[in-house]
Amino acid sequence: MTLISATLGHAAPYNFAYLDEQTKRMIRRAILKAIAIPGYQVPFASREMPMPYGWGTGGVQVTAAIIGPSDVLKVIDQGSDDTTNAVSIRKFFEKTAGVAVTTSTSAASIIQTRHRIPEETLKSGQVLVYQVPIPEPLRFLEPRETETRKMHALSEYGLMHVKLYEDIARHGHIAKTYAYPTMVGGRYLMDPSPTPKFDNPKMHRSAALQLFGAGREKRIYAVPPHTEVVSLDFDDHPFEVNKFDKPCALCAAEGVYLDEVILDDRGGRMFVCSDTDHCETRRADGHRGELLGSPIEQKEATHVA
Amino acid sequence: MYVAVKGGEKAIDNAHRLLGSERRGARDVPEITIAQITEQLKLGVARVMAEGSLYDPEIAALAIKQARGDLIEAIFLTRAYRTTLPRFGYSLPLETNDMAIERRISATYKDLPGGQILGATFDYTHRLIDFDLAGENAPAAPHENRQGLEPAPHVTGLLDDEGLIEQNAAPSDTPPRDLTREPISYPAGRDLRLQNLARGDEGFLLSLAYSSQRGYGSSHPFVGEIRIGEVEVAFFAEELGFAITLGRVQLTECEMVNQFKGSSKEPPQFTRGYGLVFGQSERKAMSMALVDRALRAEELGQDVVAPAQDQEFVLSHSDNVQATGFVEHLKLPHYVDFQAELGLVRQMRREYAATHSDVTLKEAAE
Repeated sequence: MTLISATLGHAAPYNFAYLDEQTKRMIRRAILKAIAIPGYQVPFASREMPMPYGWGTGGVQVTAAIIGPSDVLKVIDQGSDDTTNAVSIRKFFEKTAGVAVTTSTSAASIIQTRHRIPEETLKSGQVLVYQVPIPEPLRFLEPRETETRKMHALSEYGLMHVKLYEDIARHGHIAKTYAYPTMVGGRYLMDPSPTPKFDNPKMHRSAALQLFGAGREKRIYAVPPHTEVVSLDFDDHPFEVNKFDKPCALCAAEGVYLDEVILDDRGGRMFVCSDTDHCETRRADGHRGELLGSPIEQKEATHVA
Repeated sequence: MYVAVKGGEKAIDNAHRLLGSERRGARDVPEITIAQITEQLKLGVARVMAEGSLYDPEIAALAIKQARGDLIEAIFLTRAYRTTLPRFGYSLPLETNDMAIERRISATYKDLPGGQILGATFDYTHRLIDFDLAGENAPAAPHENRQGLEPAPHVTGLLDDEGLIEQNAAPSDTPPRDLTREPISYPAGRDLRLQNLARGDEGFLLSLAYSSQRGYGSSHPFVGEIRIGEVEVAFFAEELGFAITLGRVQLTECEMVNQFKGSSKEPPQFTRGYGLVFGQSERKAMSMALVDRALRAEELGQDVVAPAQDQEFVLSHSDNVQATGFVEHLKLPHYVDFQAELGLVRQMRREYAATHSDVTLKEAAE
């Protein structure tokens, strides 16, 4: 009788990686333009995806446009492969593209991420796809797109410097811990997406291609390999990354980003790697944190033996 | 001991299984059918079609069933389905003058050619819960009009004859822009604005329209006309060389007539606000017409002083699928960013305590 009866009972005939080829071509053009103008936000005709806006539709469209049958995909959220939305997006590509998936950073050719950059240094040939909620670094200083586009065109970034200065005057330091503004290739002010500023230095001259997709805001931007990404600061208040007092309680890693986990209602806490793959790899290599037996005792034992 | 949370995939599968069961509800209650939804929840179906931008009552009804009655979720499902459909082209402009009228009222004239047709309306019903509806119910058959209706020309056309209302711009040969195929940029033309409003959230437009009536960018509107009924959709087929009728859609059209004292650009005259929505939805069509007129402030030489007149504000926040996605994305884990903020707040509290010795702060994380 109708469309419904015709559709019912049949798997919808979706294209490889869900998007049709015309749409992929449009997105690839936007990506190429973004790569040609590092840090510049390229408007693109973002599609309505079968997952909610704000849940990674930009990243999913970028990944869908670049992924091929031989790619190996890793999806992380908060540094973890097992958070619900990362699982959901990974499943989406397993289902629609049938590609191989992995949790290993080094084994992946495409890594889609929300809020983190893996601890392991990315290599040439890898692509890191960021999910971006608000691509405009000036948005919270100037809500109008008509104004911020002008400011970018004129490299008029005084407003951001004033904001950072006011933070220092008021609080003694820059009160920005994530989505910390960066300057790309000495030209465009760029929002690194809401990754903690801890990850900003990893973007600088990375060998991997970094692509940013904002679906709801309909923008794509990019940092090509080996591009300068400088976090804004002042000579007398240099940029600093978030610091942690203790190493990871499970793998004893230092100099990595840690999650605080509440153990009980009496103030008990532990700090563990946010990058679950990194943590698991280290533990498999024999590293032991405080909670898995004292690392010092273990070392001594090995030494004696 | 803490064990890293695993098994997200299984948890998701189980949650979806539970959702399917909850959607069905008690098994001893008969399952609702698509036909019941399209026939008896028609206005809900109309809203899903309008804001889902897809005229398909069955898909809308199925989406409502799948969404358990959550209309924004149903709109989302409809949009995601719509985006996968092939496009053949644009229809010819609809001729609402030829509408098969089911309801047509004008507030600006007592009587007019074509008459005032009340149709099926909640207006003038006393909002008393009808307890008889709780059981099986056989309403009386409606009276039939055997004479047929006389032609009903648009009210604004009547005003136009006297030159009292602004002229509509002449039809243009350039194809209309489509915000689902290209990103919107500001300032947006009226074609894009109307498309955005037609897809926009009824509640958002209603409140904006209300704000403009209460003095935020005050407009002085009269309902020139609201008409509801079916209109033929025609498509020009290149292969045939002539237009063919594809079918009919039910529409609600609202033309607001706004008092306007004139500006440096325009003489005193009545100005127009236009609303057009799939299905029967007077609230949405009226709100759309009021907001459309408010958004024309700039082109009519008025100062933009209120939210309803500010196109970047209105157009970027009217879409409920976008809005609900971004508001609800706060449910996703944010613990990495929260950790960064925890570190900063703790540091700032330590510094605060050091300079305010009279205040003792409980040291967190100890």
